[in-house]
Amino acid sequence: MAAAAIRLPRDVREALERALEREESPLGRSILEAILRNIKVAEERKLPICQDTGTPTFYVEVGSDFPVKAELKDAIIAAVRRATREVPLRPNAVNPWSNVNSGDITGAGVPIIHWELVPGDRLRVRYLAKGGGSENVSALYMLSPAKGVEGIKRAVIDAVLEAGPKPCPPVIVGVGVGGGADAALDAAKRAAMRPLDKPNPDPEIAKLEESLLEEINSLGLGPMGLGGSTYALGVHIEWMHRHPASLPVGVSMLCWAARRALVEFDPDGSFRLIEP
Amino acid sequence: MAEYRLRTPISEDEARKLRAGDVIYISGVVVTARDQAHRRALELARRGEKPPIDLEGGVVYHCGPIVRQEGGEWKIYGFGPTTSARMEPLEPEFIEKFRVRVIVGKGGMFERTTEALKRFGAVYAQHPGGASALAVSSVKRVLGVHWLDLGMPEAVWVVEVEDLGPLTVTIDSTGRNLYLEVLEAARARAGKK
Repeated sequence: MAAAAIRLPRDVREALERALEREESPLGRSILEAILRNIKVAEERKLPICQDTGTPTFYVEVGSDFPVKAELKDAIIAAVRRATREVPLRPNAVNPWSNVNSGDITGAGVPIIHWELVPGDRLRVRYLAKGGGSENVSALYMLSPAKGVEGIKRAVIDAVLEAGPKPCPPVIVGVGVGGGADAALDAAKRAAMRPLDKPNPDPEIAKLEESLLEEINSLGLGPMGLGGSTYALGVHIEWMHRHPASLPVGVSMLCWAARRALVEFDPDGSFRLIEP
Repeated sequence: MAEYRLRTPISEDEARKLRAGDVIYISGVVVTARDQAHRRALELARRGEKPPIDLEGGVVYHCGPIVRQEGGEWKIYGFGPTTSARMEPLEPEFIEKFRVRVIVGKGGMFERTTEALKRFGAVYAQHPGGASALAVSSVKRVLGVHWLDLGMPEAVWVVEVEDLGPLTVTIDSTGRNLYLEVLEAARARAGKK
């Protein structure tokens, strides 16, 4: 959690550097330069990249032969409390009825933990620190299936126009198609977490990702929505089969400070930080 | 595009001189306020009471910092801007009641705030979103904190800064709003497709 707060994954850093090479808007360029300077200062001074250190979200793959299972949830909560104190992270868990902040980033349903049981003896924990600005522009469209691919593309463009400057662009746009309402949004967030140098393995979907990226950037919204050719660093799509009557499209965006981490544990407790 | 170094308190004349696209650096005192603090300050003002700090000529920063108490002093670890859109319903009255001259945030504000900035002679300036570590570099010290019962991000932090910036004036007192201009052009392009 500390590494993710302070250091961006390599693919995101490189995408921001490439964006600066291409960007022609003077204001857009100065924003990208400030972002890159900020990334450097954060790493040098061991400061969080962004003051909104997000809602901690974990995607846990537990090997069926990994020796620890039922205790993992408490271990994750303890890690969140410790990171909040030590990094420090911002206490970002507020009771929606009383508006009282819990004082760390734990509370009802927080941290958010997704579990998957997989074969093998390892434990893989993927971590996402996603801020409120980008989460607030998440969108769900329950389209009529007759709208087809054109309808899906229009929904993504509508979500971008609705989001405008709010999610701290340049963003990574995740799109989840099919499944159902909750599954589409979940797939959208997972899609946004896919590294930028990994297009969808299906070449047809990868082509759609590429054309949506061009279309979004050609709108001219630019960095921070102040004009330019860099609104999105990437568009990622994940899909599932749909109910005959439904065509759900979920859209989830990560701000440029796309703070992901991936840790892998062996059964003896030794671990490797794979990213950032 | 001009560049200005401003020191608080900022006069109406100084604020009215600024134009969309100008770059400013602020030194002096900035006061953080998010939606909950805006709401509470306005509730007090509507009852005829004063908030704990005088904001006339001041700088309001839409920011929920990361702060830690160390040896009796507050130390700031995160000081980037939050999304200003959340304050849009409250900001016009806030500008009118407290006569702030510069609002700093990110992501822009909309028609009603643009109108209030024009009427009362103030500007909105953007700090690059997410660039928290840069903002921390400009912090000299925390002068005080109010309403800590709202939680760390929502409390009102009074912070002395030196050259907070570069901030870009994105909504000026002539009614220009760069966000709305860019959004309108983007909608027109999307419509043509």
